[in-house]
Amino acid sequence: MTDLTSLTLAEARKGLAAKTFTSLELTDAHLSAMEAARVLNAFVMETPDQARAMAREADAEIAKGDAGPLAGIPLGIKDLFATKGVRTTACSKILGNFVPTYESTITSQLWRDGAVMLGKLNNDEFAMGSSNETSCFGPVGNPWRRDGSNTTLVPGGSSGGSASAVAALLCMGATATDTGGSIRQPAAFTATVGIKPTYGRCSRWGVVAFASSLDQAGPIARSVRDAAILLRSMAGHDPKDTTSVDIAVPDYEASIGKSVKGMKIGIPKEYRLDGMPAEIEKLWSEGAAWLRSAGAELVEVSLPHTKYALPAYYIVAPAEASSNLARYDGVRYGLREQGRNIIEMYENTRAEGFGAEVKRRVMIGTYVLSAGYYDAYYLRAQKVRTLIKKDFEDCFAKGVDAILTPATPSAAFGIGEKGGADPVEMYLNDIFTVTVNMAGLPGIAVPAGKDAQGLPLGLQLIGRPFDEGTLFSLGEVIEQAAGRFTPVRWW
Amino acid sequence: MSTATHKLLKGATGDWEMVIGMEIHAQVTSNSKLFSGASTAFGGEPNTHVSLVDAAMPGMLPVINEECVRQAVRTGLGLNAKINLRSVFDRKNYFYPDSPQGYQISQYKSPIVGEGEVTLELDGGRTATVGIERLHLEQDAGKLLHDQSPTMSYVDFNRCGVALMEIVSKPDIRDAEQAKAYVTKLRSILRYLGTCDGDMEKGNLRADVNVSVRKPGGPLGTRCEIKNMNSINFIGQAIEYEARRQIEILEDGGEIEQETRLYDPNKGETRSMRSKEEAHDYRYFPDPDLLPLEFSQSFVDLLKAELPELPDQKKARFVADFGLSAYDASVLVAERESAVFYETVLDRLANRARDGKVAANWVINELFGRLNKEGGDIAGSPVTSEQLAAIVDLIGEGTISGKIAKDLFEIVWQEGGDPRALVESRGMKQVTDLSAIEKVVDDIIAANPDKVAQVKDKPQALGWFVGQVMKSSGGKANPQAVNDLLKSKLGV
Repeated sequence: MTDLTSLTLAEARKGLAAKTFTSLELTDAHLSAMEAARVLNAFVMETPDQARAMAREADAEIAKGDAGPLAGIPLGIKDLFATKGVRTTACSKILGNFVPTYESTITSQLWRDGAVMLGKLNNDEFAMGSSNETSCFGPVGNPWRRDGSNTTLVPGGSSGGSASAVAALLCMGATATDTGGSIRQPAAFTATVGIKPTYGRCSRWGVVAFASSLDQAGPIARSVRDAAILLRSMAGHDPKDTTSVDIAVPDYEASIGKSVKGMKIGIPKEYRLDGMPAEIEKLWSEGAAWLRSAGAELVEVSLPHTKYALPAYYIVAPAEASSNLARYDGVRYGLREQGRNIIEMYENTRAEGFGAEVKRRVMIGTYVLSAGYYDAYYLRAQKVRTLIKKDFEDCFAKGVDAILTPATPSAAFGIGEKGGADPVEMYLNDIFTVTVNMAGLPGIAVPAGKDAQGLPLGLQLIGRPFDEGTLFSLGEVIEQAAGRFTPVRWW
Repeated sequence: MSTATHKLLKGATGDWEMVIGMEIHAQVTSNSKLFSGASTAFGGEPNTHVSLVDAAMPGMLPVINEECVRQAVRTGLGLNAKINLRSVFDRKNYFYPDSPQGYQISQYKSPIVGEGEVTLELDGGRTATVGIERLHLEQDAGKLLHDQSPTMSYVDFNRCGVALMEIVSKPDIRDAEQAKAYVTKLRSILRYLGTCDGDMEKGNLRADVNVSVRKPGGPLGTRCEIKNMNSINFIGQAIEYEARRQIEILEDGGEIEQETRLYDPNKGETRSMRSKEEAHDYRYFPDPDLLPLEFSQSFVDLLKAELPELPDQKKARFVADFGLSAYDASVLVAERESAVFYETVLDRLANRARDGKVAANWVINELFGRLNKEGGDIAGSPVTSEQLAAIVDLIGEGTISGKIAKDLFEIVWQEGGDPRALVESRGMKQVTDLSAIEKVVDDIIAANPDKVAQVKDKPQALGWFVGQVMKSSGGKANPQAVNDLLKSKLGV
């Protein structure tokens, strides 16, 4: 039955509807794959009993003929999403064995549409990281290796578990979140498709917050079509999240195969970094050529404030995080380390519960919001953010439909290779993706090729607000031209 | 800007003037909390009115309660203040177990209500105006329980997240009397509006009082803040004590340290709580979970149109329509319940224009006087508005005299009953029938020739005859009719 795991979600949907196989068979195939792939450490919690129960329910619904759009499709859920009755930790020691009594809006919508939960996926602690090395459950392995090498590489982060599990065919799709690139960068590192929707497209209710004004959930999937199918179920207005936007969710799948003829695609000159690897440069040109041959018009555009995006991001995101993480204080839930008084209890709990990267960001955030520094840092970063947003608006106002950039400045790297001495080395991974979060725009990462060592590389398309449909159309053009990439199984 | 004269404090070096500003925390009257659907009911078992949002569970998000927004706008309108159509919620960051989020959602740079003003009623009919700096919405905290365990403190989150309005005055208050009048007036306005119940005992209205002293008209002194006052009398006492303390320090050549102090009502003194150096850095920044709060002018206009009549307007109306004195009108409007009672009496009167003023006297002197004496309040009054209106009607139509009316009031207070029926059954009706009175008048004139002679020279002596006639009629004769009859009989 293992061949069932190699289907795309769209193919599996067809097979389930045709009763070629059942959801239980499909689910069992994935549960076996998960068991065999524990070395990847993609799942931090497997929920086989729940998965089978949900699969049986889906099978019953399919038999009755009133199945939802995701009926019987086994998915993995990033551990940042609260799942009722199932441990949710954000991969931080500070949440301990926290079991929510509530279900996040996004996962509720997936279950409403018939999806099956396989378990909870690893991620960087509180989604802070670009390599999935900051998780309290340890790093995740990338199913991809360099040609002829045994070195285990990172899958990217923070949605490393989601990307790894989808790439290794452990689940048909996964939920993920993206604050500065946490969906698109791991998707690029694992040859999967990841879309960060427009800020406000998906509800943040029940998703553990990192930086509220930047966080946005989206899917990581095996194909552009799969991503479109998943996003349709995940998206939608939620009265419980006032930053979610009340705009009807379109049938994204209808965008697949739509002609891109006459679309104007911007190539931002500021993304051509000094010392950019030639193979990234080549991939970018290739992507542009594919879109041109599909009938799109390529134009050079300017996003002049790009270079300020990363520094401004590393002020805004930690500032919000320092406040968002204040609730993990040992008083009501999660870890508590005793102390002689309340202050000491706070100190001991937070010292023990948070990892180094989280502590670093909480401290940076606390600093930039402090009296006397607020204007110089936080306020100025917000001004930069406005300028970055305006860069994009000016660009779209000139008739540009989408912007094409590389997804990452390099391919996946080895565990422990980066960011040891200088955290900025790790932060640079998000150089092409953070601008999109700062501007609140949708961005998709699509696999586009491999580097000289055989590692996947991705391209990013950035769209107008709430125009995810165009990204799916363009993304599929790249996917068709580049083909699909599957790692050779070593685990 | 204060228009009234105010009290100065005498020191060894001459007079000192107090400069006082206040921050009032008023709990918003609403069924649910500012950012969650949990109930705001008082007195529930600990932690029974707590939503996932209030407990700051991971991934929870605040959603503004529109009723609280309406209440804040209503209050702003009642304070004649500028309503800001766009305001922003900020996070005030600090760690304390009564604050589950690790921050309080408040409004820092852009409050929902801007500048306004309140007119104070002072003794002797004086008034003073106090400027309002701003009003903003924020979350209340939970309550720590220190007496539940020998080693631990417990926390009750029922109150956590309930909406508060923080109303900040300008430093326009100049003495303790004005400070007390300010809280009294603000409380009255809030209660009229129905935006806060003003219950200070439950802590639903509490004040932080900023006090400094200076030489009259001189530069402002350094201020101290007295936190969390929940009694109008204590506010007055604390201000007096604090001002004297500061004057003493200054006259001894010392300096005032800016600090937060607490008032101990048992000892009648203020004590240092924390100095400026120990003050928190709250790291305010706009709450990214909430969009700026925006509404239209028409939303404000709609609330304005539905606003109830406020004490100042009501007072002016009572004076204009019923000829009440400004003082009487103030007494009636000071408490919403009193005004409502008076207006219910008015509604039931047969002739409001004629008897409105008499009714006011009866409500203030007889009813309030009696209630004060017995230590009761208007809600527990044994005499209803209907009964009091009937008594006033009986006086107005000439059925009973004012004197009999007092007896009737006493009967109604003690025994209850319909005043009109009581007058009938107990024979308290005033005699206006001239033929019935005439015989009595004739008898008295015949029996007192000396007095008759007297009254011819001195018409004021007529009063003696009136008294005699009233006495022999058992008080039931109509005094006006008796007067007229005597005048014609005696030819004066």
